[in-house]
Amino acid sequence: MPKSLTPQLSRLKEEIEGYARAFGLDFFETIFEVVSYDELNMVASYGGFPTRYPHWRWGMEYEQLSKGYEYGLSKIYELVINNDPCYAYLLESNSDVDQKLVMAHVYGHCDFFKNNFSFRHTNRRMIDDMANHATRVRRWIDKIGVEKVEDFIDRTLSLENLIDQHAPHIRRNPDPKRAEDEMKSNERVEGFKVDREYMRGFINPSEFLDSQRKKVEDEKQKAKKFPERPQRDVLLFLLENAPLEPWESDVLSIIRDEAYYFAPQGQTKIMNEGWASYWHSTIMTRRALKDDEVIDYADRHSGTMGTRPGALNPYKLGIELWRDIEERWNKGRFGKEWDECDDLRARRSWDKRLGMGREKIFEVRKHYNDITFIDTFLTPEFAIEQKLFVYGFNEKRNSWEILDREFRKVKNKLLQGLTNFGQPIIEVVDGNHENRGELLLAHKHDGQDLKPDYARETLRNLQSLWRRPTCIITRYDNKGVLLRFDGQNHTEKKIDL
Amino acid sequence: MSLRIHQDHSRFKQIVRGKIKSNLRKYVQKGEMIGKKGKDTIAIPIPFIDIPHFKYGHKEQGGVGQGDGEVGQQLSPGAVQPGDGHQAGQGEGDHSLEVDVTLDELAQILGEELQLPNIERRHNEKIVTQRIKYTGVNTTGPESLRHFKRTYKQALKRQIAMGTYDPARPIIIPTREDRRYRSYKLQELPETNAVIIYMMDVSGSMGDEQKEIVRIESFWLDTWLRHQYKGLEARYIIHDAVAREVDRDTFFHTRESGGTMISSAYKLCRDIIKADYPKSAWNIYPFHFSDGDNWSADDTRQCIEMLREDILPSVNQFAYGQVESPYGSGQFIKDLREAIGDSTNVALSEIADKDAIYASIKDFLGKGR
Repeated sequence: MPKSLTPQLSRLKEEIEGYARAFGLDFFETIFEVVSYDELNMVASYGGFPTRYPHWRWGMEYEQLSKGYEYGLSKIYELVINNDPCYAYLLESNSDVDQKLVMAHVYGHCDFFKNNFSFRHTNRRMIDDMANHATRVRRWIDKIGVEKVEDFIDRTLSLENLIDQHAPHIRRNPDPKRAEDEMKSNERVEGFKVDREYMRGFINPSEFLDSQRKKVEDEKQKAKKFPERPQRDVLLFLLENAPLEPWESDVLSIIRDEAYYFAPQGQTKIMNEGWASYWHSTIMTRRALKDDEVIDYADRHSGTMGTRPGALNPYKLGIELWRDIEERWNKGRFGKEWDECDDLRARRSWDKRLGMGREKIFEVRKHYNDITFIDTFLTPEFAIEQKLFVYGFNEKRNSWEILDREFRKVKNKLLQGLTNFGQPIIEVVDGNHENRGELLLAHKHDGQDLKPDYARETLRNLQSLWRRPTCIITRYDNKGVLLRFDGQNHTEKKIDL
Repeated sequence: MSLRIHQDHSRFKQIVRGKIKSNLRKYVQKGEMIGKKGKDTIAIPIPFIDIPHFKYGHKEQGGVGQGDGEVGQQLSPGAVQPGDGHQAGQGEGDHSLEVDVTLDELAQILGEELQLPNIERRHNEKIVTQRIKYTGVNTTGPESLRHFKRTYKQALKRQIAMGTYDPARPIIIPTREDRRYRSYKLQELPETNAVIIYMMDVSGSMGDEQKEIVRIESFWLDTWLRHQYKGLEARYIIHDAVAREVDRDTFFHTRESGGTMISSAYKLCRDIIKADYPKSAWNIYPFHFSDGDNWSADDTRQCIEMLREDILPSVNQFAYGQVESPYGSGQFIKDLREAIGDSTNVALSEIADKDAIYASIKDFLGKGR
């Protein structure tokens, strides 16, 4: 079980925390726990939370993590939970220099969690809530049976990415009674106020009243459309409208809450890992390292920053971008004058000694997420220096290859991969499709097709919750398709878009 | 100390096991698993253990990478991270995850599905072997176990500390004190002695399909027996008109023309047992596969005589598998059945095609001998 810090580790913590504060980092209280690698793998399998509802996929995660550790392929270095207080884990077998590095990195994350706008609506008591979720799920398991509950969770997890990534906070059900009253009050059409009764025919001619009535009628028709506007939060739609048993609703709402909790972390991965890496490197190299620790530190640090051609390392991309921003604002490489200068030599030696870099990065860490971060600060110079490229799969050669190094394309591809966390955008467009109570979803196609086998399996899982046929409109090879699952069979119909 | 994860972990393993069990017949018929066998584990594709989502196909999607290379240059295999860590399936509707299962576990599953009894051992005497287990790093040790990276780092540290490291001429010279060595402990492992002696007819009438059946079947026999006896030996004999002992690879890939004299193989088998595997200390399992054609009735008589007098008395079980071939008469199994079919330690099985392997494994192992 987790142990509290040894006197030595407490001293190190105090030291690193002092440096972090002196650099201006601002974080919740951070509690470090010392664990064995087995325990660390366990906590990591649960997504950082020591208490989570029981499910086999944590076991699968654990199997993969432990195997990776045994084979020496991977080792988890840091694990922080966004909570107030923050919780972080230290591996008991690590050397002092490793522990200092991890602590410095953790303070970077905690500062980011506390200050970045994406986390403004994050539940900071998630540790307690996760434990409550676990208790609720366990209770349902006792009551309903483990097979049934697990099976339901499997099907629900299949839909967990169908939330509204950009919902500023979790929307609650509007009061249905109030909505009804509002509708009633709209029903009567009286026209303009009439002081003298004999004027009524002139002020409110019957054609006018008719048109008003029609307007109200249309409004009502529109209200009947269900949902009125396409709804991105498919899970919420199901919670409100699917014929779920009470225990099913409860489990579904748990899955949804957790999905929303993790969403902002997905939206700020590059920034957040980069920020933490920037700070561990700054704190370690400027303050905390002892002479005899330099080599081990360099070994660890370069291990984290390693890249391979076909994958982006968020730690590496993030830290380089933060450093680039700092340098640009230190040297004044921004603004109109800089943008309009096309003298290469002047650009290269450009240094206005503004020294605004540190201030700038603190501001950026507050107001951006990965998309706006990349969109605003990824420059052509940076892309060249970091050797970024677009790659794709060549069917003919049956291999992955470098497609392009052109800045625009690299940037667009990066942004595309970050939009909606790299997930397709899918909305509920009709809960009463064909007037038969079928559920119709639509995929906002952005040039990439859905993985067809996964799409079919997901529709199947959706059907089991909706209990009526489910359909999705999408595109394959640029042609409109309606996939439908009726509970027995999958069908695929061509449609015009 | 037990961690909470162990519940979820064993639930996961249980699911994997269930998937393997329900697909076992398919796995047994297909030979593809054999190619995925590691030292102690085997990679088994499990259908649908992944949780499906609406998502993009990674191949359509591509991505952004980092590093050197011209446009059009191929990325080395393994350089690209698949979508979310899982191996994608090949065709539509066939997504699967590869799970490593230990051969021991696989044997257990096989045993449960086929309801195989555990083997009654004739001999329980154990020999003890020693195995090296690396346990850490030490400052002394043999040169062959020198840990290069640790040694180098130690030297680098020392030179920096002493101020003799020159970044312009980054030469690192480890001294005696810098050297680091892997250290190890010897572990003693008890073993039970058992040997499988595989024999196969490789004459012209045994085609590729027949040999494939033998290959698949022997994989499962191996797996089961290895589960029952730790430290199993295997010997391989091929024969047409003459027999010779070969290695495993040759065993499965030799093709000869010419006649068939089964007695030659049994003779060699007998000699091997006599020379290397005293009955008093070994559990012995000869398996013979042929298409059932023998050169002459006289040779068959010799075979039966040898089985009766030399082989059967010294082995746990003698097994004969007859693989159907368009050229074979299939006579041999009839002769064996007549002559020694009643013996308790004889197992005979006819294998018509790949589908029949499943049942044939049970013929061979079902007696628990």
